[in-house]
Amino acid sequence: MSAATPLLDVRGLTKHFPLKATPGSKSGVVRAVDDVNFTVMSGETLGIVGESGCGKSTTARLLMHLINPTAGEVIFEGKVVGSRDLPMKEFHRQVQMVFQDSYSSLNPRLTVEASIAFGPQVHGVSKQEAVKRARDLLSRVGLEPTRFAGRYPHELSGGQRQRVNIARALALEPRVVILDEAVSALDKSVEAQVLNLLLDLKQAFNLTYLFISHDLNVVRYISDRVMVMYLGQVVEMASTDAIFAGAKHPYADALLSSMPSMDPDQRTEAPPISGDPPNPINPPSGCRFHTRCTSAESVCSSRAPQLTSLDGAHRVACLMYEANGGHPFSRVNPLEVAA
Amino acid sequence: MSNDAIIEIDQLEVVFGSGSSAVRAVNGVSLRVNRGETVALIGESGSGKSVTLRSLLRLHAPKKTTIKGSIRVAGHDVLSLSSSALSNFRGEVCSMIFQEPLLALDPVYSVGDQIIESIQRHKGCSRAEANKKALALFERVKIPSPERRLSAYPHEMSGGMRQRAMIALALACDPQVLLADEPTTALDATVQIQILLLLRELQKTLGLSIVFVTHDIGAAVEVADRIAVMYAGQIVEEGDVRTIMRAPRHPYTKALLQSRAHGSLDRGQRLATIPGAPPDLANLPPGCAFAPRCAYAEDGCRQGLIAEVQLAASHRARCRRTDATSALPSKTAVA
Repeated sequence: MSAATPLLDVRGLTKHFPLKATPGSKSGVVRAVDDVNFTVMSGETLGIVGESGCGKSTTARLLMHLINPTAGEVIFEGKVVGSRDLPMKEFHRQVQMVFQDSYSSLNPRLTVEASIAFGPQVHGVSKQEAVKRARDLLSRVGLEPTRFAGRYPHELSGGQRQRVNIARALALEPRVVILDEAVSALDKSVEAQVLNLLLDLKQAFNLTYLFISHDLNVVRYISDRVMVMYLGQVVEMASTDAIFAGAKHPYADALLSSMPSMDPDQRTEAPPISGDPPNPINPPSGCRFHTRCTSAESVCSSRAPQLTSLDGAHRVACLMYEANGGHPFSRVNPLEVAA
Repeated sequence: MSNDAIIEIDQLEVVFGSGSSAVRAVNGVSLRVNRGETVALIGESGSGKSVTLRSLLRLHAPKKTTIKGSIRVAGHDVLSLSSSALSNFRGEVCSMIFQEPLLALDPVYSVGDQIIESIQRHKGCSRAEANKKALALFERVKIPSPERRLSAYPHEMSGGMRQRAMIALALACDPQVLLADEPTTALDATVQIQILLLLRELQKTLGLSIVFVTHDIGAAVEVADRIAVMYAGQIVEEGDVRTIMRAPRHPYTKALLQSRAHGSLDRGQRLATIPGAPPDLANLPPGCAFAPRCAYAEDGCRQGLIAEVQLAASHRARCRRTDATSALPSKTAVA
């Protein structure tokens, strides 16, 4: 990983979905993603985890410009996406996405070969060349072209369809692939096959992955770094080893401790936190997690924490880790602050 | 834990449709669940775990389904109950919670009304008494501010709260057996663990017997005393949770545990995989259904009926090659 310009630089990404006024409720906005900043280096896998409604999928869709952001910008290799330097069409050639539902993301009326060859043709590759590339990719994802090229999506199993989706995402020779719950709908035995395939392809094509999942075991297995989101904001970001060795943010810690134990003699004794994530329409004031946090103090409901660097790459948004955060149980080492 | 069986399933076969398109969803499942015991049925989609569970309440459409074998739950012969006896049986002896509470609860009645209706129907008590009981149930499943929540409609509750309300509804008539069909699959991680621990606690305090269907091995480990692994409509291995996790003997169970991405695994290390995909239930291979994907399979596995092998007092596997599978330690045993 070179320390030079990041491949992808996301700055202040925000999406507020407007809500129509209905009898009994005023119009408002869903703060799906609120001022999210992160970078992705070339060749790494960034895992994004969080519960439903935390904004992880919205972040992915914003990156792809499938929906337009309310604010913020995405910078790819130093060029602002959508500017004259990097038109959207060129950006889409570089960044591709694989979705959770393998069936609805394929055109049911196209053979898988035609689906894979479609993108390159839009980008000016001749049909002959595109079909050749499609067949090559099919064999790369483990589907024998002579058997599978002419099939329609409904003639494939879920795992095979997801392989086709991966092949299609690779047809434009992208640099970045966003995998939004790409293995979540697969059975465990098939999931392992697809995860192995993703690792092979990453190496073969020099890919960078954004891996979004709610399955922490899978994220731990595949990611170099992990970003934890809660109610539209990033609460912690660190290397996979650092975060699984000990998450600092109380939410990230609770999320990781909520993983079911695999050892019958070490079952979970008490739930790490209670309640459900609140509604993102009206997120709690201050720190959005303070309503469920076991370390919450009065200051947490009035003051929003900033994402603070602990040691270089480990960043956390919690008043306990903020210098002068005002939290009575500050975890900031006063000596370090002085230095 | 007393040792008398509350559920006895014997040679259950469930076939949907008929003729060449018949889907053989369950092919000879036998299972005993003792009083006060939690048994998890695990398996991939299409393995027949939910179909087996639903047969216990006879929830399958009678015209399209052929059920053979016998099912006894707390002394009732489920497959021969009359329709009025079946209505009494459902909820009072045996009740069920589902994966998606928003679909299982009625959207046009408040949650409290649904519970009260159920109590009045089965216990024949007054509305005030039923209301009191419903309130106690909401407290039992730890719904905050229970009085207010009783008059809430399902859509007004969060996912975890709805699941708690559905558990309260299932427990309304003091059943002895609770069936749970993937009750935590649709929930977030931090909520899932709360519901799993609630089920474990209710099992203990009420002495319930629970059959818990899941594809998530972790969830099974958190709640179950015993695990039965299903594949292609059969129980391929059954044993207590420690045996299944540490010394599985059926090649499918072994492969399933090894193919999981888990904590002790190094990043980038390849996962052990099971080649191929589960079989088509309308067109099952002869012999062992797992043989085409099995590393241990030999010619004898591809024909005839595969008998069950009793490996220990409470450990059985449907495999001809258990002699070979014991030689290799399971990876998860080390973890």
